[in-house]
Amino acid sequence: MAEQHVAVVGGGLVGMALAYGLLSRGCRVTVFDEGDDAFRASRGNFGLVWMQSKGAELPNYARWTRRSTQLWPELASQLARLTGTDVGLAQPGGLDFALSEEELAEKVARLEQLRGEIEDYPFEVIGRNRLKEMVPEVGPEVVGATYGPEDGHVNPLRLLRALHEVFARLGGRRVAGEAVREIQPLSAGFLVDNGARHQADKVVLAAGLGNAALAAQVGLDAPVKPNRGQVLVTERVRPFLKYPTSLVRQVDEGGVQIGDSKEDAGLDDATSAPVVGHIASRAIRLFPLLKDVRIVRSWAALRVMSPDGYPIYEESPSHPGAYLVTCHSGVTLAAAHAELLAPWIAEGAAPPYLESFRAGRFRLHTAA
Amino acid sequence: MPDAFAFTRLPDPSRQKLTLDFEGVAIEASVGDSVAAAVLAAGHRLTRTTPVGGSGRGPYCMMGVCFDCLMEIDGEQNRQACMVEARDGMKVRRMRGARPLAEARA
Repeated sequence: MAEQHVAVVGGGLVGMALAYGLLSRGCRVTVFDEGDDAFRASRGNFGLVWMQSKGAELPNYARWTRRSTQLWPELASQLARLTGTDVGLAQPGGLDFALSEEELAEKVARLEQLRGEIEDYPFEVIGRNRLKEMVPEVGPEVVGATYGPEDGHVNPLRLLRALHEVFARLGGRRVAGEAVREIQPLSAGFLVDNGARHQADKVVLAAGLGNAALAAQVGLDAPVKPNRGQVLVTERVRPFLKYPTSLVRQVDEGGVQIGDSKEDAGLDDATSAPVVGHIASRAIRLFPLLKDVRIVRSWAALRVMSPDGYPIYEESPSHPGAYLVTCHSGVTLAAAHAELLAPWIAEGAAPPYLESFRAGRFRLHTAA
Repeated sequence: MPDAFAFTRLPDPSRQKLTLDFEGVAIEASVGDSVAAAVLAAGHRLTRTTPVGGSGRGPYCMMGVCFDCLMEIDGEQNRQACMVEARDGMKVRRMRGARPLAEARA
C-alpha cells in the first residue's frame, strides 16, 4: 500500500501534535495553518500539564487526561532529542489553593468523587501548615490546597515551536497564510481548498474554532464556542514558587504567569482592565509578595469549548477518513494526541475511551 | 572602565549636562537622555546579566520592547533604562540576574 497522505487542518498544538504522531507512523502529512489574523489559542495559553479535578462529569476524560500526563515525559524527551529544544516540562505536582474552608471542601468533594470513579486517583489535601512548608510565600488568606502529584507545566510557546521543528525535520509540509474554506469529499479521499486545491487520502480537522464551519462539510458536528481567558506575565524574578498552581505559576525563566478568567466574549480576544485587575488582585491575595512586581505583558486568547467542555474525537460516519479533533487542553493532551490519537487516524487502532468523546453525546442530551 | 565601543554625541550648543552615578562612578549625561542612552554614551555596553545563563546584555531596541536594558535605578530593580529619563544625581546599577523579591529573602 502506498504511503497515505493526511491533510491536517490547523497548525496549533492539537494539529501539530497529531501531525508529529502521523509522521512518526509513516504517513505523508500536510498541515494547513491559517494566517497571523487567526485566533491562535496555542499562542495564548497558560501552559499547565494538568489532570487535577478534571473530568468529574466524564470519568473517561479524567482517565484520558491522566494517560496524557503520564506520556508527557516521553514526548518531551523525544522533542529534545529530535529538535534540541527543551520544552521545559516539570511535573513536581500541582496545587489548587482555597481562600475559604467552603472552597476547600468543594474542591475536596470533587476529587473524592473522582477517586470513587477512578482506580488509584491521586490527590492529597494540604492543610495550612504543610502548605507553608511547601510554599513559604503563600498568603495568610489561603486556608489550604489540594495537591495533584502528577500535575505539572511546560513552556507552551517552546512546545509549539518544537512541534513545528520536528514536523519540518521529519519531512512534513506546511501550507500557511490562507484559511481552509472548503473540504470536498471525493469518491476516494478529499479535496482541501484554501484558495488552491490539495488532494489527500484523509483529512483531520484540528482547526479549533474554525472546525465549527468545516465539520458539516464532511458529515461531522463541531458545536464549539469561544471562551476568553486573560493572562498576565510579570518581570523575571528569582524562583519562589516550585509548584504550578491552577492560577499562578512561575516559569522556568523566572516570570510569573497569572490567569484564570473565563468569559463569554464572542470572538473578541482583547484584554479588559477590570478582568486584568481582578486577576492581579487575586494573585496578590495568594502571594502577597507579588504586590510590587511589574506586569510586563497581558493578553487574551479564546478557548475552544464544546458544550460540556470535553473533547470531541470522531471519524465521520458518512465520510470515513475525515476526522474531527477538538479540545481546550491542547498542552495537557499533546502527548495523548501524538501517541494515542495519531495511530487511530493512521492505522485505525482505536484509542482508549474513544466512545466517550463523540459529538453524538450532545444530541442525546437534547433528545432526553 | 568604559568599553572599547562608544557612541558619539552630535554637537549640540544648547546641551545641558547632568551627572549620574553608574556603578559608583560619576558619568556625564545630557538633559533629555534616557538612562540607557546616557550609559551607552558614556561608553558602557552592558546593562544587565540574564536571569538564566548569567550572560551580559545591553540596550537593544531603545523603545521599551526588548527588555534587554533592565537596570536598577535609584534602588528599584528591573527598570527599563530606555524608558526612564536621566535625572541629576540618579544612582544607576546594572541589573544582575533575576530580581529577588523582598519577602523571598526574609
